[in-house]
Amino acid sequence: MALSNSIFFEKHGVTTRDLEGYLSEALSRGGDYADLYFEYRINHSIVLEEQIIKSATKGVSLGAGVRVISGEKTGYAYSDDLNRQNILKAARTAAFIAHSSAVGGSLQIPTPLNQERNLYPVPAFPAELEIAAKIRLLQLSNEAARAYDPRIKQVQASYVDETKHILIATSDGRAAWDLQPLVRLNVMCIAEENGQRQSGYQGGGGRRALDVFTGDLDPGAIARESARQAILQLRAIDAPAGPMEVVLGPGWPGILLHEAIGHGLEADFNRKKTSAFAGLVGQKVGSELCTVVDDGTIPFRRGSLNMDDEGNPTHQTVLIEKGVLQGYLQDRLSSKLMKAPLTGNGRRQSYDHIPLPRMTNTFMMSGDSAPEDIIKSVTKGLYAVHFGGGQVDITSGKFVFTASEAYLIENGQITAPVKGATLIGDGPTVLRQVTAVGNDLKLDQGVGICGKEGQTIPVSVGLPTIKIREITVGGTEK
Amino acid sequence: MTHSLEDITQQVIDRAKKSGATAADVMIREDDTFSVTVRIAEIETLKEAISRSLMLRVFLGQRTATSHTSDISGPVVERLVDETVEMARLTSEDESGGLPETAFFQNHFPDLNLLDPSWETLTPDERISLAVRTEKAAFETDKAITNSEGASFEYARSRVALANTTGFFGEYEGTTAALVCIPIAKSNSSMQRDYWMSAGRHRSQLEAPEEIGKKAAGRAIRRLGARKIPTCQVPIVFDPLSARSLLNHIFEAVSGSAIYRRSSFLVDQIGETVASSDVTIVDDARRPAGLGSSPFDDEGIPAQTTPIIERGVLRNYLQCAYTARKLRARPTGNGSRAASGVVTIGPTNFHLKEGTYAPDEIIRSVETGLYVVELIGFGVNMVTGDYSRGAVGIWIENGEFKYPVQEVTIAGNLRGMLKNIEMVGNDVTFVGSIAAPTLKIGKMVISGA
Repeated sequence: MALSNSIFFEKHGVTTRDLEGYLSEALSRGGDYADLYFEYRINHSIVLEEQIIKSATKGVSLGAGVRVISGEKTGYAYSDDLNRQNILKAARTAAFIAHSSAVGGSLQIPTPLNQERNLYPVPAFPAELEIAAKIRLLQLSNEAARAYDPRIKQVQASYVDETKHILIATSDGRAAWDLQPLVRLNVMCIAEENGQRQSGYQGGGGRRALDVFTGDLDPGAIARESARQAILQLRAIDAPAGPMEVVLGPGWPGILLHEAIGHGLEADFNRKKTSAFAGLVGQKVGSELCTVVDDGTIPFRRGSLNMDDEGNPTHQTVLIEKGVLQGYLQDRLSSKLMKAPLTGNGRRQSYDHIPLPRMTNTFMMSGDSAPEDIIKSVTKGLYAVHFGGGQVDITSGKFVFTASEAYLIENGQITAPVKGATLIGDGPTVLRQVTAVGNDLKLDQGVGICGKEGQTIPVSVGLPTIKIREITVGGTEK
Repeated sequence: MTHSLEDITQQVIDRAKKSGATAADVMIREDDTFSVTVRIAEIETLKEAISRSLMLRVFLGQRTATSHTSDISGPVVERLVDETVEMARLTSEDESGGLPETAFFQNHFPDLNLLDPSWETLTPDERISLAVRTEKAAFETDKAITNSEGASFEYARSRVALANTTGFFGEYEGTTAALVCIPIAKSNSSMQRDYWMSAGRHRSQLEAPEEIGKKAAGRAIRRLGARKIPTCQVPIVFDPLSARSLLNHIFEAVSGSAIYRRSSFLVDQIGETVASSDVTIVDDARRPAGLGSSPFDDEGIPAQTTPIIERGVLRNYLQCAYTARKLRARPTGNGSRAASGVVTIGPTNFHLKEGTYAPDEIIRSVETGLYVVELIGFGVNMVTGDYSRGAVGIWIENGEFKYPVQEVTIAGNLRGMLKNIEMVGNDVTFVGSIAAPTLKIGKMVISGA
């Protein structure tokens, strides 16, 4: 991956000398470290609604961000084009932060990393594909959802893709570039019966081209699953209220892990001691059944990256092993200040954002229980298999998430579906309450969007079937 | 970059016509931004930039496509215009599509006092010191404040220009600033954070840094020692920040796009009583120096004041040109361009009008109940109105605050909640384009221990 093969060198005339010039301007006031982030992104979005293709959108972003670090301080500026004068101006602006720093960092000439690995080899990038083929996916989804049941009255299907070129150069002598594909198809259905309306939602995708949409991710399969959920909700009963035993199904319910545990293990919150997990490395935070991993190296996955947005290779990082906390998810700044190894988790939304420690694909490893035995072991509880979304308060550790498909478990049997059950719990203690882990780890289908400090990025989550001794369910039925 | 925005938009419009578009509109936004976060008296991040984006929408008869770019240099934009017209050939005929009717456009715009040039006289060091003073005040409030997620000052000066193929051109400029403080309080057994913020277009609209820091600290400290409470059904009082999230749900429910999709619990109810008679909600784009004010919306429709709910009765939905045609209504000036360039419905200054009660009168009226200060999670179903969110608050007994509460949910249905609003406070608090006062709702289920 020679730098000269990147679009920035080939099409935009950026040279190695430019990179050196920008970095040296960035360090001109004595910062410890500087980096450059070039980005060229093309995205498409197409929406089908009321049986017609309502909108098609293309977006183009091009820019370069300059970051200067001085101690714990970060200066940041960017240019909305690759004009030399504008990038130099951004470098001077970012350098402002270092005006009180006595010693400056040294500049090593950026040399390309030898990148052999490609986690997302695709035959063609989404930006190069025919719009007509993307429209066809939406039409197939619409037909399949409506054919599933005549009570499906509305189908909204959307297709989005992204083709992102990035190039990173750092003052400690590294330079690398990457080209990242990303596609996603979402189908939302509304079912109506006797004046009652309910919705269902399903999606899928990954870092691939349109060939991802086969098997479980076939547009018809995604649409039928969305329709099934909407129809099911028509006969759902009100959710119970109060603490009870909860079984989470495999796959997307891993969002609990992402919210309750993952965010609390991002290094910035722990370095600043604002996380409920701060200072707990080496301590037991979960039952021995729990091993939790963040792995940015799984081929074609939505959260995977050849390198993070600071140019460091992604890793498989064991966060919790058999219940014991092993470490945090690091970006460069936190890893330096905490004297901990890099984990390749420095990510950002785009060139106008500062990188932060973020998750990639986060999941719990399989255990040895059979999922059906886990269900059978519950006398009275809730079985949650699909979720809308969740949120966490990092400091108090409290999390909340909402099940869009859940059932009562009565005497070991799955019985009535319930609507809109909200689960609320405590991140640092919820893993201690895990009493069974299934042998059926599954990753989600590729729809996760994670938000932090106003930046959204694609992620994946995963979980085997697990049983939690007690969690508070926030319904209306006492 | 020496071209005026009027020249650039005109060039885009000309190019779109030349490529075969039968109609088009283009909007350019230019933001000059400065933001600083100070944590434990030191600068943590400092960010400064000028960002631009161009958003284009073209029509080929009743087919449409949109595009957006951050690169507004001539050749890039010309190619994108051509590609957008090509893309429109692949979308479907939509009988409601098109620019707003020409009759809606005006040439004269009200001066809404959106710009405060005095912000420019503040040096970077003075801007940084606003954040430093805010955080310092939080730390000095009480020794229980032991840590901080920082205090931030954010400022933007924005220019917006809009042109279309009917000959409409408009532009406006405004400033916005916000000062936010997030302190962390610690006791032996617990750690809690909370925040307070103030935002405005003019320097005079912002609360003093010391005031913001002190309020934020007080909010974090009062959460220390929070506990779960047993499942029960009691009156709920929402503080203005948490009540604001309820207004956000109502905004979504009255958006024309949710109405034509029939994905709102308020569909087909114009003229009906949907809330208690104390509830009056207005979307007011003409509020002087309002954070959500603008002389025209992102399609060029002039600023309006739209009654949404009057004394409990639903009066209007919010419309852009497209939803208005679909629902046979008038556009209300709520067309809002997402970053992608697609026009959706946005709030201007969407707020619940103040009532007669002081906040402490409302608290004193509660025998046992929960005063909610924060809501988390996404447990709201807009189709059915089912509502269940995680809550943090303070338990009220005999009209007085007793102890903080966390790890509970409050649940109900938005239809019932709106009708059960029993008291409306006199303390509407604007920190964005959606605002509310303190609100008391008759009864909701709290799910806890």
